[in-house]
Amino acid sequence: MKFGIVVNEGPYQHQASDSAYLFAKAAIEKGHEVWRVFFYHDGVNNASKLTEPPQDDRHIVNRWAKLAEDNKIDLVVCVAAALRRGIKEENLAQGFRISGLGQLVEAGIKCDRLVTFGD
Amino acid sequence: MSDAKKFMFVNRKAPYGTIYALESLEVVLISAAFDQDVSLVFLDDGVYQLKKGQQTKGIETKNFSPAYRALEDYDVEKLYVEKEAMEARGLTEEDFLVPITVLSRAEMGKLMDEQDVVLSF
Repeated sequence: MKFGIVVNEGPYQHQASDSAYLFAKAAIEKGHEVWRVFFYHDGVNNASKLTEPPQDDRHIVNRWAKLAEDNKIDLVVCVAAALRRGIKEENLAQGFRISGLGQLVEAGIKCDRLVTFGD
Repeated sequence: MSDAKKFMFVNRKAPYGTIYALESLEVVLISAAFDQDVSLVFLDDGVYQLKKGQQTKGIETKNFSPAYRALEDYDVEKLYVEKEAMEARGLTEEDFLVPITVLSRAEMGKLMDEQDVVLSF
C-alpha cells in the first residue's frame, strides 16, 4: 500500500512526530511504501537544521532525514506555515524540501491512505 | 477529472487561540484548485469558525472569517455543521455567515465513511 503521512505538530513538544516516524518505519518494514511526508502547522519545525537535542535523546530531525534517504521518501514542508515560523531554505535540514499545500492535496490524491498525526 | 477523490476537511477548533482554523482554510482553498470533491465539516468548537459578527481587534489577530464567504467562488459549497455541537453552544442556523447543512452526529459519521481522504484540524 502507498501511504502519505501528515505531521501537524512540532518535535519534542508533542508525540505526533515520533508516532508518525514509528508508523512510517513499521509500514516500510512490512513492505509498504511511504511516498511523502507532509509537514504542516507547527510540524514544519521538524525540519529545522538548528535543532540540537541533548546527546542521550533521539534526534527527530536527523531521524526523518535518514529514513527518507534510505527509503526515497519525499519530505515536504509547507511554505506558508514554514515562513510564519521562521523555517526557510537557509535553516532547512538536509533531506527536506519546502513546497506548497498542493503537495498535501496531491498526496491525498495519489496515495491509498493519507494518515494524519497531530491534534 | 477521472481521479477526483472525496476530500473532507474536519474543523474542530475555535477560529482564534490556535492557528488550526486559518491553516485549515488555506488547504481547503488549495484543494479546490485541484478539482476534487471537497466538503467541510464543523464540529466541537469548530462551529464557532462560521459564526457571524467576529471581532478580533481586541486580540490583535486578523479576522479571516470573510474568507468563508469566498468559498462559494471556489466551488466549495458543501459545508456541514454538527447539530449536537451547534446546539450545545446555543447556536442556530441563523448564526452562521454562510449557508450550511445541519447534520446529526450519526449522519455526520455516515458522511465521513463515504470519504476518500479526511483531514482533521
